[in-house]
Amino acid sequence: MEIDRKMVEYVAELSKLRLTEPEKELMQQDLSKVLQYMDILNSLPTNEVEPLTHVSGVENVFREDVAQPSFAREKILQNALAAEEGCFKVPQTVE
Amino acid sequence: MIQYETAAALRQACIDGQTTAQAQTEAYLAQIAKYDGVYHCYNTLNEKAAEQAAAVDAKLAAGEIAGPLAGVPVAIKDNLATQEMTTTCSSKILEGFISPYDATVVQKLQAAGAIILGKTNMDEFAMGSTTETSYTGATKNPWNAGHVPGGSSGGSAAAVAAGEAPLALGSDTGGSIRQPCAYCGLTGIKPTYGAVSRYGLLAYGSSLDQIGPMAYTVEDCANLLQVIAGYDEKDSTSTQGLSFDFTNALQNDDLRGKKLGLPKNYLGEGLDPEIEQAVRAACEQLAALGAEIVEFEMPMIEYAVPAYYIIACAEASSNLSRYDGIKYGYHPESFADLEDLYLTARSQGFGPEVKRRIMLGTFALSSGYYDAYYQKALKVRALIKQKFDKAFAEYDAIVSPVAPTTAPKLNESLSDPLAMYLSDIYTVSVNLVGIPAVSLPCGFSAAGLPIGMQLLGRNFAEEGLVNLAQAYQMHTDWHAKRPVLKEAE
Repeated sequence: MEIDRKMVEYVAELSKLRLTEPEKELMQQDLSKVLQYMDILNSLPTNEVEPLTHVSGVENVFREDVAQPSFAREKILQNALAAEEGCFKVPQTVE
Repeated sequence: MIQYETAAALRQACIDGQTTAQAQTEAYLAQIAKYDGVYHCYNTLNEKAAEQAAAVDAKLAAGEIAGPLAGVPVAIKDNLATQEMTTTCSSKILEGFISPYDATVVQKLQAAGAIILGKTNMDEFAMGSTTETSYTGATKNPWNAGHVPGGSSGGSAAAVAAGEAPLALGSDTGGSIRQPCAYCGLTGIKPTYGAVSRYGLLAYGSSLDQIGPMAYTVEDCANLLQVIAGYDEKDSTSTQGLSFDFTNALQNDDLRGKKLGLPKNYLGEGLDPEIEQAVRAACEQLAALGAEIVEFEMPMIEYAVPAYYIIACAEASSNLSRYDGIKYGYHPESFADLEDLYLTARSQGFGPEVKRRIMLGTFALSSGYYDAYYQKALKVRALIKQKFDKAFAEYDAIVSPVAPTTAPKLNESLSDPLAMYLSDIYTVSVNLVGIPAVSLPCGFSAAGLPIGMQLLGRNFAEEGLVNLAQAYQMHTDWHAKRPVLKEAE
């Protein structure tokens, strides 16, 4: 299908991406071209087919609920934007 | 020269006392120092490699370790988590990221006495077919530095081809082990989905991703796969009770009774005639060893690429939502508020191909388009699986090209994403249906670039595929060819 500029902006918003005007233009062209090609799938009748989400065939995998040591706090926080008192520090989220 | 030996030969040299793990590790580090400026196979080197090799030598001397990887250096793709080196997926958004844990495959390599040389370059988040989408710059093909090594595991492939490692780990979501092996004259295995734990593999398409070996020979690949395969409670999709034993598969070149299918619609239009010729010649070789080759029609190949890209991008858009600029990786210098932090980190941190795939996947999962694209692709996936099930009821394996061309020139692929996606036509079905495949060299183009073929098998048919590839390599020497490297200027 053809993608318009509004759709590009909407999907970018959902994707948490900020695109520049030239990026939007290029994205619109690329996505339209790729999605038009993907429309070839519509020529296949699939009403009777069950969707295949996973190939391994595994069911739920259960284990005993046994407490195990978790990662050391400093190892988790070593990559953080900011940390304070052993927690991730983020910009204010609630007024 | 040590740099072009197989892992098996290196191991034997250690056993015979001709060299040590430390000496050969240092020889590879020297080769890297000499050539990586030209080929850029590595993002990061393991600064402790020589030290760790010395520790392995002590364990070898004490008889504490013995397997085929003991003392053997290995390169690993930069999407495998390591505590001692950064793990970046060749993306700015993971700049400086240090994992709090090692991937299961990394732990298994270390336990087997392998020495990790470093982390290899890749397409950003494994999204690409050339290693040109890497944030750290493109890797060059050791057979011709004006060409790409393929992707996304292009750094791993180039490292082995350039003698900068005897063995490597890659990951394969839609051909990312097999295609760079074909472009660089190597052998690689994409294992059955679930054969190798994905714990610590930074996710791209979780229902498609598998880690696998890349090397000169199928023997080395089999030995490496045997070490990394098996159930892991940290990956609930890994297969319980699985353990490979390739001993018999590696000793036997009698292919009598084996029936191999050659899909004739994979050949002809769209495929480089030199590749068709090489694949047909390989079939004749396999027939000479006793296999029966049957040409047949393998339907639905034209639907594999669109179904694959919808599913892979949908899974990627979800997997990559974790990169928010807060917990790890790239942090923007300034931002107004939380929303601005997310947007700035992601927009500055991801490259164009990753953004394109996140957008495509988000679109396919969005309300109003979910059924038409994502659900439709999953149904087509089910149909493709039916066709493979049917083929494997008839044939022990399917012989196929890996890619429609040999390695493209640098800077020619990224401008047309659709054309790049279409070049994955022979590889993506394998991931959609979860089956194993071996990619192995079967010739060279007139221009001197390697040509690969692949052998596809039913789920968990790795031993049978290794046997076919080994029989072929016992009677051919494509896997023994090495490129003439370009000196740094």
